[in-house]
Amino acid sequence: MTGDPLYLDGVDLTDVGIMLIKVLVAFTFLLVATMFMVWFERKLISDMQNRIGPNVAGPWGLLQTFADGVKFFFKEDLRPENADPLVFRLAPYISAVTAFLSFAVVPIGGSFGGGASGTVTIFGRETFLQVADPPIGILLLLAMSSIAVYGVMLAGWASGSKYPLIGSVRASAQAISYEAALGMATVVVVVLAGTLSTHGIVAAQSGGITRWFLISSGIVPFVVFLIAATAELNRPPFDLVEAEQELVGGFHTEYSSIRFALFFLAEFMNVITMSAIMVTLFFGGPAGPILFGMTWFWPTIWFLLKVLAFLFVFVWFRATLPRLRYDQLMHLGWKLLIPLILFWLMFISLKELRATYDWNWITTYGAAIVALAIGASLLLAALRAGNRAYQEELEDA
Amino acid sequence: MGYLTGFKVTFKKLFEERVTTEYPKEKRPKPPRFHGRHVLNRYEDGMEKCIGCELCAGVCPAKCIYVRGADNPETEPVSPGERYGYVYEINYLRCIHCDLCVEACPTEAITESKLFEFSFSSRSDAIYTKNELVVGDDGLPQPQPWELWHQGDDLATSGWMRATASAGNPDYQNRVGWSGELGYGIRTPEMGQHDPTLRPKSDKPAEENVQPGDSH
Repeated sequence: MTGDPLYLDGVDLTDVGIMLIKVLVAFTFLLVATMFMVWFERKLISDMQNRIGPNVAGPWGLLQTFADGVKFFFKEDLRPENADPLVFRLAPYISAVTAFLSFAVVPIGGSFGGGASGTVTIFGRETFLQVADPPIGILLLLAMSSIAVYGVMLAGWASGSKYPLIGSVRASAQAISYEAALGMATVVVVVLAGTLSTHGIVAAQSGGITRWFLISSGIVPFVVFLIAATAELNRPPFDLVEAEQELVGGFHTEYSSIRFALFFLAEFMNVITMSAIMVTLFFGGPAGPILFGMTWFWPTIWFLLKVLAFLFVFVWFRATLPRLRYDQLMHLGWKLLIPLILFWLMFISLKELRATYDWNWITTYGAAIVALAIGASLLLAALRAGNRAYQEELEDA
Repeated sequence: MGYLTGFKVTFKKLFEERVTTEYPKEKRPKPPRFHGRHVLNRYEDGMEKCIGCELCAGVCPAKCIYVRGADNPETEPVSPGERYGYVYEINYLRCIHCDLCVEACPTEAITESKLFEFSFSSRSDAIYTKNELVVGDDGLPQPQPWELWHQGDDLATSGWMRATASAGNPDYQNRVGWSGELGYGIRTPEMGQHDPTLRPKSDKPAEENVQPGDSH
């Protein structure tokens, strides 16, 4: 199966069995991880706010999410009179399904170091520790994160209520703005790795920390990706979509019962998936030293630890940063992140091209610096003009 | 790096000590002047202190007290004076525990204990009648089935009264200005407000389900 992700040679029962097991494991893992992510977030944020947090249901309140889930199931499922019946019901599923799907292409284990190709053997078959490895894995991730916006957008629109509508309009504008920065930060990694397959990207990073794209791409793409991902996830400080002080509950104001729970699930699942993607793109995926025994076991542990670190970072953001105003959000996205990552993408591509075609150092980087200076001055002029117009608008208002 | 200072603050909080008291599991000692459920006191000879003057009802901002006085029966008087509290009801769905009734009472008949853990399943239970409010023959508050008394809840009641001189100074001036109570005698003075070293230490941590009076 290793070299045959699309099953061109046909499928037999073992393939189906392996696939079923993988899907089941990934599904269960995601559900359980989401459950504990909710607990983790609530516990950690209360620790950061001098509170105690959930501590009644189960040891250290571990079963709190489970209790909440059970409660959601027994709540009345309300639907506003003005809501569009079909779309209103469909929207939560779009959110939840895309959240599940994007995790499918993330490699969660397998040893890549020392010539190993990251495969494990199940039932005598060599296979990757990821549900699927399509040749366009990264594109699938980007597509899924875009489609997830449909869930939010349709939910707000179909609710037939003003606050959800405002929330969902904000969501789509925000997602479109930050998807550009997110996508270009990903492109930097793709340029470096030379492949769109997530497995290929992880394989390209094998062989020590210095090979991780975090270092070799110069950290900037990672920072941009982290900020854009936070915005893409609608997490604080970019949670304008559900700013409760302004919009009640944002796009899910009118949702109750298990439909609300699905949004909740999708949101937290996306946090996990996005952390996993960041680990895959910049932190070598499951790469890490194999300490003793069980060679297939350690990469998964390293992967989970890295993901956990990012989950911590997301909660830390939420505990620390106040929510951005809408214009600040747009300024940050369009005037800072996108130009920055554009320049960085140009620089990295040039570096790769120079290495490939053995161009002259001085002419290459000289031309780059000239182009960069022209671009930067044009951009700064544009920003200054825009800012002046904005200030005048403020004074008029 | 001013942008990152905030992250340091939130990270430090992770290791700080929590100040939360997890209430039903652990209970903090109550302050000495805690306002809780009322009791109607008796003199040491068993006579009721209430004279049915309705000053408490008049001063009550929540209008939760209902009093009707009546003339004392000549053969077996209830209170030492001319009249006594014939009907005395407090509606605890309205009471805000401001203690104004205690301050208004000319005979120190009504005082507040420290009991606050009581909840009712019916409105009629929430209206305490005189039979429930007045202390028993031993001078101790009568616990109701829905009340959770702790040790010391009936002690140190009406501290404000026992902290002041009869002249109204905020300091106790070695002259008792209050009458004795059945079951407790003349309560000890609260040594005034000006010198904090003279103030009584706060009560011991509460214990579960102690009946009033167990501490003596």
